[in-house]
Amino acid sequence: MEIFFYGITNSITLALMAIGFSLTFGVSGVANFAHGAFYLLGGIITWLLINLGIPFFLSALISIVLVGLLGFGLYWGLMYRLRGLAINEVIVTLAAAIVIIELLRWLGFSGFTYVLPPFVKGSVEIGGVWMDYQRIFLVVIGIALIALLYFFTHWTRIGLSFRAIAQNERTAIALGIDSDWTAALSLAIGSSLSVVAALAILPLGSIDTEIGYEILIYALAVGIVGGLESIPGILLASFILGFAQIIVATFFQAQWLTIITLGAIVLILAIKPSGILGKYKELEDRV
Amino acid sequence: MNSSVEYRIERIDRGIKVRSDSIYMLSSYRDLVYLFLPRLLPFAALIVLPIVLEGGYWQKVLFYACIFALLALSWDFMASVGLISLGQALFFGVGAYVSGGLNYYLKMPIFLTIPLATFGGALICTLILVPVLRLRGVYFSMVTLVLPLLLSNLVETLGILGGTYGLLSLSPFPSSLLASYLAVFAVILCLFGFRRLMTEDYGLVLKGIKDDELVVMSAGVNIYWYKTQAIFIASAVGCLAGALLTHYYQFVGRSAFALDYTILPLAGAVLGGPGGFAGAALGTFILVPLSEMLRALGGLRIALYGIILIGALVALPEGIFHYIERKYHQFERRVRI
Repeated sequence: MEIFFYGITNSITLALMAIGFSLTFGVSGVANFAHGAFYLLGGIITWLLINLGIPFFLSALISIVLVGLLGFGLYWGLMYRLRGLAINEVIVTLAAAIVIIELLRWLGFSGFTYVLPPFVKGSVEIGGVWMDYQRIFLVVIGIALIALLYFFTHWTRIGLSFRAIAQNERTAIALGIDSDWTAALSLAIGSSLSVVAALAILPLGSIDTEIGYEILIYALAVGIVGGLESIPGILLASFILGFAQIIVATFFQAQWLTIITLGAIVLILAIKPSGILGKYKELEDRV
Repeated sequence: MNSSVEYRIERIDRGIKVRSDSIYMLSSYRDLVYLFLPRLLPFAALIVLPIVLEGGYWQKVLFYACIFALLALSWDFMASVGLISLGQALFFGVGAYVSGGLNYYLKMPIFLTIPLATFGGALICTLILVPVLRLRGVYFSMVTLVLPLLLSNLVETLGILGGTYGLLSLSPFPSSLLASYLAVFAVILCLFGFRRLMTEDYGLVLKGIKDDELVVMSAGVNIYWYKTQAIFIASAVGCLAGALLTHYYQFVGRSAFALDYTILPLAGAVLGGPGGFAGAALGTFILVPLSEMLRALGGLRIALYGIILIGALVALPEGIFHYIERKYHQFERRVRI
């Protein structure tokens, strides 16, 4: 029973971590290896604002908007000049991530003093397992966001144009989609989503700069295992990885968690690079 | 377009370049100097520097610079086959652990561990990478990004090869001069060897694979076999760097898979200019002394590499070396449109 409940919350946590990354890198094909850095930055900005005396929801909103704008700026400032060179996009965003994370580490934003407040304090017993409200909120937010994202990428004009520039940028331009604006918007929304994830997940622990890299790895794992462009794939992959992690952590050492995640990336890329539910990337990226 | 633009920049080869390119005859000392100075100068500098800096702090810096230059050359070699690696730390770490392990457990002498680590390590790296060789572009980069982390975590979790503590008190080099010269000769060999290799038929195939895989395939060439060979060569160079630094430190630990060994060679190669190998070496020989001077910054140095990497990619994508090369061979003038 414990495995079941913790498995579900862990899976949804993974899905939340991956959502922003999947929207940017998966759905619209814009590299965003600064995802983990934005997650960390969002958490720290919120912490700073709360300690300035600003109420929680206002500071959460401010940090979501700020990091979204930063993502927007990252596109126009750096990636706009390298657009089309996929590798350079990856390198430049990874370098941006390293700069942000190492700066925050240098400034010392790490440790038990940096704790975000939960939405609602307290916990409740479900089926013999004590769950704090934050975890329940997290599951609700996660499922809602995935549903929203599926709706967004399949039924709204902007969401469809996100997918369009990933599938074929030239055709998208020919059909009147401004690919630069779309990509910038995708990066901005993806960055904002990473902050939403941070706000939901970080209250469960303390802020540590190392998570900036971990989140990226987890998001990469979920995205690759599920299939980068597939939203149901995120859910499937996070359930596979989430339960695998909980089972391994229960029966073996906790250190195996990272190995499971990293191993899954390598394994899936070696066997089926498009991921479990992915389709079209297989044609492009594998001879 | 903008009507105020009345001039454009025209680039023309210098007369001396045209002469020395096309006439296969020793025409003048000036031509000879023009041709050989850029090649002999770094060669001579690398030969003389270890003696000049003997015993001092900067000899250490030279050694580090050579290690990172080897990693950058290895990165550039893979990049010239179209395989962009984001995990030079993989090669470095495997080389470091193989030489460290052989020395620690089997008590092998240093002159056996380094060659064994170079080729054995390269074999291990190649075997690790062969299953993902069919991946292209970003996907290959992602695997290489993940692999060093995976190996580092495996070492920690399984507790093999010293686990978290690493392997201590390995054999040192007999003298620091020997260590410097080994590193320097390795850099020279790789730099000039790779440059030569890319102009041979073999290099032509590799360049073809980078430009268009399908064309090379339809010419009846097994590109995966060539890619395997390229990875073997590149990882041998990376493993050599790892083995050399291991014996220099007399220690190998999980830090051998750290991000530094990925990001600094990458930053060096991009700063100096990818393609042509000289840029990669030049970039690291600029970056490493720079980062030693900024040692006071501590953890901020990695952030600095990131900033340099971004700056080089956005502002001077061709790299310092190619910029200098262009100025050396060509002159510019303004021409009315």
